[in-house]
Amino acid sequence: MNNRLRVLRAEHGWSQQDLADRLGVSRQSVNAIEKGRYDPSLPLAFTIADVFGLPIEAIFLREGTPE
Amino acid sequence: MATKPSPAMRRYLIRLTTCMTLFVFLIFAVGWLFRHAPPTGALAWGAAVLPALPILGTFWTIFRLLEEETDEYIRHMLVRQSLFATAFCLSIMTVWEFLQNYDVVPSGTHGFGAAFLWFVGLGVGGMVNGLAMRRDCAEDELEEAE
Repeated sequence: MNNRLRVLRAEHGWSQQDLADRLGVSRQSVNAIEKGRYDPSLPLAFTIADVFGLPIEAIFLREGTPE
Repeated sequence: MATKPSPAMRRYLIRLTTCMTLFVFLIFAVGWLFRHAPPTGALAWGAAVLPALPILGTFWTIFRLLEEETDEYIRHMLVRQSLFATAFCLSIMTVWEFLQNYDVVPSGTHGFGAAFLWFVGLGVGGMVNGLAMRRDCAEDELEEAE
């Protein structure tokens, strides 16, 4: 699954640690999700969407969908 | 970059240290007992099992960590590490068993049983996880610095 996490984070001027603190997870988690090495659970995906104030589908994209 | 251990990880480290301290004490105490005043019957069974109990406690601490860790990615990595340890241990024990079946190697494990191999596997899995996570974070730090 692709995602726009890195772009959104950059737009907000947040470091990975800043976002991790907002989500209540480790920096390694944010890093793994950004790199597409780990797909978050639905509850975490909803939390991420809440933090950015966007719907989930505006952040997470199907494989092959251009960002 | 060093990261602070989660509360679940801190509890795990305390439990692990307790179990290991108890294990070291019991392995020497029970060894001394069997050398100097060997117990018999049910007492021998009870005494011989004593050093195994902190090892069982260690398994419990690992399962508690998997239950208590709230960071799902870290939990995912811990599960992967435990599965690696299980595969590592079972693979070596299976090969060793066949070598013993055909009398290629002497019987017995000289005290290095399944639990020992499982913990070696857990250590190797942990190092692989740690290196992978450190590499990913280092790559990002470089990219963000550019």
